[in-house]
Amino acid sequence: MGMAIAHAQASGMGGMRTAGDLVARVQLAKGCRIREAKAYVAEKLGTSVMDLVDPVVMGEVRADKGLGTMMPLAHTPKGIECKFNIARELDVKINCLGNFLGKTGLGGGE
Amino acid sequence: MSKIWTRMGDGSPVELTPAELRQDLEDGSADAADRGGVPGLNEDDFKYLEELFARRDRFVGVDVGNEVVLTYDGAALKFKRHCLFEERLHVLTMYEKMFGADTVELGHVDYSYKPVKPIVNYEQGTLEMGLLTTHSPLIYGAMPNLGLYTRPDGPCPNPMELLPQGKIKEARAAYEDMVEEAVRDMVFVVGSMYESGADGFNLDTVGASGDADVLAAFLALEKLRAKYPDIAVEVGMAGEFILGMHGELQYDGQRLAGLYPHQQVKLAEKAGAVIFGPVVNTNTDQTIPWNLARTVVFIRACSKAASIPVHANMGMGVGAVPVTDFPPVDVLSRASKALVELCDLDGL
Repeated sequence: MGMAIAHAQASGMGGMRTAGDLVARVQLAKGCRIREAKAYVAEKLGTSVMDLVDPVVMGEVRADKGLGTMMPLAHTPKGIECKFNIARELDVKINCLGNFLGKTGLGGGE
Repeated sequence: MSKIWTRMGDGSPVELTPAELRQDLEDGSADAADRGGVPGLNEDDFKYLEELFARRDRFVGVDVGNEVVLTYDGAALKFKRHCLFEERLHVLTMYEKMFGADTVELGHVDYSYKPVKPIVNYEQGTLEMGLLTTHSPLIYGAMPNLGLYTRPDGPCPNPMELLPQGKIKEARAAYEDMVEEAVRDMVFVVGSMYESGADGFNLDTVGASGDADVLAAFLALEKLRAKYPDIAVEVGMAGEFILGMHGELQYDGQRLAGLYPHQQVKLAEKAGAVIFGPVVNTNTDQTIPWNLARTVVFIRACSKAASIPVHANMGMGVGAVPVTDFPPVDVLSRASKALVELCDLDGL
């Protein structure tokens, strides 16, 4: 557990403090390597690649686009609500969203 | 010049002269190059590592812009080991909001696919709840763990009992039966969790029971990719070298026993892996500089050979991290930085 924190500080992108979760999602969805995944996310979000690890810049980008923030305020997207925004902004398929739409009768299906 | 303070592979402190440091780096590199048949470190690499170990910083990190994404193994279970009885879904949110995690990982406390099978519906419910509240990719992880398929815990004869009796043919047949059982369980559990919405999967500690364990993982992966073309599976290895416990098993026409990471990754790609997690074991009798140089040689060769993202394993006892339950951050952070930057890694 402590090791995970140390690696996150030494080498990690920062998770949802920055755009680490978004780059990871692209790696998983497209199987692309880190440079390609970072470039893809930066292009989709309209940022520079360096911005992707900046918590100040990404905090604003995430709040503006509803991608999930560290301290979500009232009436802002949280949890699966953010995933719909992430899927749209990054143009990636998120597996659980089809189930959500099917179970709620909002469209799609399991 | 003052002595360089570092550690042995078991974590104990040690001081080296600059000449001793250089010798350890050269020896570690030569060992990996010889075993793996891959290029050793060059002069620039040695200079990088000499400077890294000469630094007095307690903690180091990659240069800005070199950050990579992190995946985990058994992440939600680590709390329990510390007797912190936090519910798994809370642990996921802690990883996401407090630990800077790029992905989060759910797993059963027994962390093997076989024991999850009878309780998969409970795991599905937990996963589905987790997917509502988390933001990061949610991965489900467990091990093939072929050891669970031998009697008295499983249906197959135990090859470790047969081999000492000289019953080699019977032992091999037992391994082959274990592969079939494990493939069936992995496909069932992973398929169920995928249908519940998981973003990805970790087939973790692949090869713990040798070549049969690896074959089971690859065959399961093939079946899963055929059924779910978009499924994302990370294959994380157990060791740097596939043990030939059966000895004759092949995948895609290649004998599995004896393969090193740069060869393993090509077969993982063929099977349909989206991320590959190579392992290089830490030698406790050698220094961390020796281990790190050796690890860089193996992992760089793997990263160069790969077409898919490579997330090197860097937990306790692997990836030049000392074999101790609480690895000190001085050597851990040096290993983390060096592996990412010298091996062009995509993640850890």
